[in-house]
Amino acid sequence: MPKQPIIVAKKIDKFFGDFQALSDVNLTVHQGERVVVCGPSGSGKSTLLRCFNGLENHDAGHLKVNGVELYEDAPQIRQLRQDVGMVFQQFNLFPHLTILENLTIGPIKVHRLNRKDAETTALRYLERVRIPEQANKWPAQLSGGQQQRVAIARALCMSPKIMLFDEPTSSLDPEMIGEVLDVMVELADTGMTMVVVTHEMGFARRVADTMVFMEDGKIVEVSPPKTFFTNPQSARARVFLNQILEH
Amino acid sequence: MTTPRPITARRVFNSFPVAFSLYAVVVSAIAWISYSGAQEMGYNWQWYQIPKYFYTYTDDGFQPGEIITGLWATIILSVISFTLATVLGLFVALLRMSGLVLGKGVSVIYLEFIRNIPLLVLLYLFYYVLGPVFGLGRWIAAVLTLAVFHSALISEIIRAGINSVATGQSEAAASIGMTHAQAYRYIILPQSVRFMLPPLFGEVVHLIKSSAIVSVIAVAELTTTGRNIISDTYMSFEIWFTIAIVYLSLTLVLSFCISTIERRFKTET
Repeated sequence: MPKQPIIVAKKIDKFFGDFQALSDVNLTVHQGERVVVCGPSGSGKSTLLRCFNGLENHDAGHLKVNGVELYEDAPQIRQLRQDVGMVFQQFNLFPHLTILENLTIGPIKVHRLNRKDAETTALRYLERVRIPEQANKWPAQLSGGQQQRVAIARALCMSPKIMLFDEPTSSLDPEMIGEVLDVMVELADTGMTMVVVTHEMGFARRVADTMVFMEDGKIVEVSPPKTFFTNPQSARARVFLNQILEH
Repeated sequence: MTTPRPITARRVFNSFPVAFSLYAVVVSAIAWISYSGAQEMGYNWQWYQIPKYFYTYTDDGFQPGEIITGLWATIILSVISFTLATVLGLFVALLRMSGLVLGKGVSVIYLEFIRNIPLLVLLYLFYYVLGPVFGLGRWIAAVLTLAVFHSALISEIIRAGINSVATGQSEAAASIGMTHAQAYRYIILPQSVRFMLPPLFGEVVHLIKSSAIVSVIAVAELTTTGRNIISDTYMSFEIWFTIAIVYLSLTLVLSFCISTIERRFKTET
């Protein structure tokens, strides 16, 4: 791939007290690449993702995201977060703000955009996640699937270069997973760089350029989806896939 | 067909006629004991004297009496002290949560010091020690005492309120590039107000009640007014009953307003 690397992780270690959440993680994500990270729970997927925008600080190794070397209290971290959008498992919409305000508060307060421009952009993104009619409602009035689509639109309003998804469909009712994944597929089609932690293997098969399989804080396998799903190189990935695809 | 509920002692005592008569018996017993006690010591009741301490009506028109003036002073004292206490409390709470070792140390020492000395001693410290040193009058000393004492309690209320906003909220704020200050200002504090309001309102009532203590340094508020009237008239029974009822009315009216506001707040969010 001739594209530029945009996330470069080298020998990353991360501890929570005595527990080693990440050990010796090496990963490179290129511009425009769609990476799906999977693995059993507790394998460090989310921790790795959270390191990419500085919500967690790695304890050893080097991590460069969008040209910025990350370390604790790095002064550029705020700039970096504006370029790295994040979607959380629990949506984390701001419950005291309307949907429209949820989308505009970042651009207005962080990018210093005026309200009118921010609202125009926000409505455009609400259109894109197909819920423009909810603009003036409160988050609590929306279904989980709608809330997660708002969360995606909120991240997109900051015009990020990379989008991180931390199990975006794991707390959704089954009938709402599809609408969120559809939005994510469309986003992938625009060429956005995406790192997605998910168990949705159908989505992975359809969108991913690269599959990453993690276990016990280590990256066990990195391979293209074709190889990963038909002929996983590691025994652990094979076991994991059998478990997850059985049903 | 439903079986009739068995008649239990609990049901009997909770039925309206029984409960009400019991209540009436207890209240009248207390009233009778105090009245007969006062009779026995030959107390000269002068309730007719009381209204003039509330208001008088002269040729110049309506004149507020001493008790109303005292009540007004108590309200002003409470409002100023509470405002100051809230500002101070917010500052201490933010300092404690700032993650700075020094900030946390300072605020913890402040809290432990204030919370573990009696309010009366704190008042003496401000009036008799800091007063002469910094030239504080009794009014200023009273305001500072109440503000400092209640700031310790308020800072804990604020801290609890901030902590009850889910961590996901500050992460979401950080993930769209907000600074710490912006996250607090636009995301965390507006949400935590909902958790803080009920205990904060309770603290207002608490402050009004504890403001009576500044009468020991003769700040002219409601309790001091009562003491002054009594030293002129020796009507201690009537005046203390009256003062108690005035405080009670003030705090009850306030509590009523508060619960109305809270109910509205609840439906809005």
